[in-house]
Amino acid sequence: MTLADLAMLLTALFLLIGSAFVLIGVAGLLKFDGPMTRLHAPTKVGTIGIGMLLLASMTNAAALGEPSFHEVLIMAFLFVTAPVSANFIAKVNIHRRDCDPPPKPPGARGWATLKPTEDAAGAGDRPAGQDDPDAVAR
Amino acid sequence: MSRAWHWILPHPFLTLVLAIVWILLQNDLTAGMAVFGLILGILIPRATAIWWPDQPQDFRIGRMARYAIIVLGDIIVANLEVAWIVLTVPNDRLKPAWISVPLDLKEPEAITLLAGTITLTPGTVSADLSEDGHFLLVHVLHTDDPDKVRDDIKSRYERRLMEIFA
Repeated sequence: MTLADLAMLLTALFLLIGSAFVLIGVAGLLKFDGPMTRLHAPTKVGTIGIGMLLLASMTNAAALGEPSFHEVLIMAFLFVTAPVSANFIAKVNIHRRDCDPPPKPPGARGWATLKPTEDAAGAGDRPAGQDDPDAVAR
Repeated sequence: MSRAWHWILPHPFLTLVLAIVWILLQNDLTAGMAVFGLILGILIPRATAIWWPDQPQDFRIGRMARYAIIVLGDIIVANLEVAWIVLTVPNDRLKPAWISVPLDLKEPEAITLLAGTITLTPGTVSADLSEDGHFLLVHVLHTDDPDKVRDDIKSRYERRLMEIFA
């Protein structure tokens, strides 16, 4: 077996593993019934699924004698942006009360997304739809 | 002198990262591209310095590299776990839970890293920060013992981040 054959087999293997994970991610999205549980399947399984597809692309490019490193960048950007989009979807779910309301943090005034009014802190009535600029951690 | 350096290079590490990203974008390592990447790496942090008011006092790159390797390993394990849950656990036996993770971290950069790590690893998504910044709201896909998940996050990730941003 030549090196080119080996590279082709590896490419095929990575493609198969990657698509299997993407498929499972989609299956999870369809199967789970709550908005928050649904969020889990694509955020997790997507990273390794796409990672494997990119690895396949790199292997193939290297085997063709044109090594490519764009894929590393795609992966890096994906890792930076995936948590942000997941966080935004979670915030929307909390805001629209599509999911069980989260428990209040012990001793604190409340979650930044559900900013309680100054006078009614702890009273439980949280005004919805208020603009909430991203809370700064200080 | 050092103030002049600080004015030109407010974030030396960011400069380096931008130069590397530029070279990777070109898919080609030539001297001209490296120099142009460095120029961009100096201009962009300078132009956006107003959005980076301060930087973490101490940032240990060696420990950060170890942390990144641990997190990468966890991401692979997390993928297998979540795939297994998707395939085998029926919806009515699924036990999702909210947990509040008390934070010892203070730096916004460190909390951002922790939140990102939590979202990328085993069955957890970080959803919100308490208004005073002392608690992180995390949603768990499937757990029998939410307290254990919380302690795992604190001992596995937060402790290491405390050391990185010591």
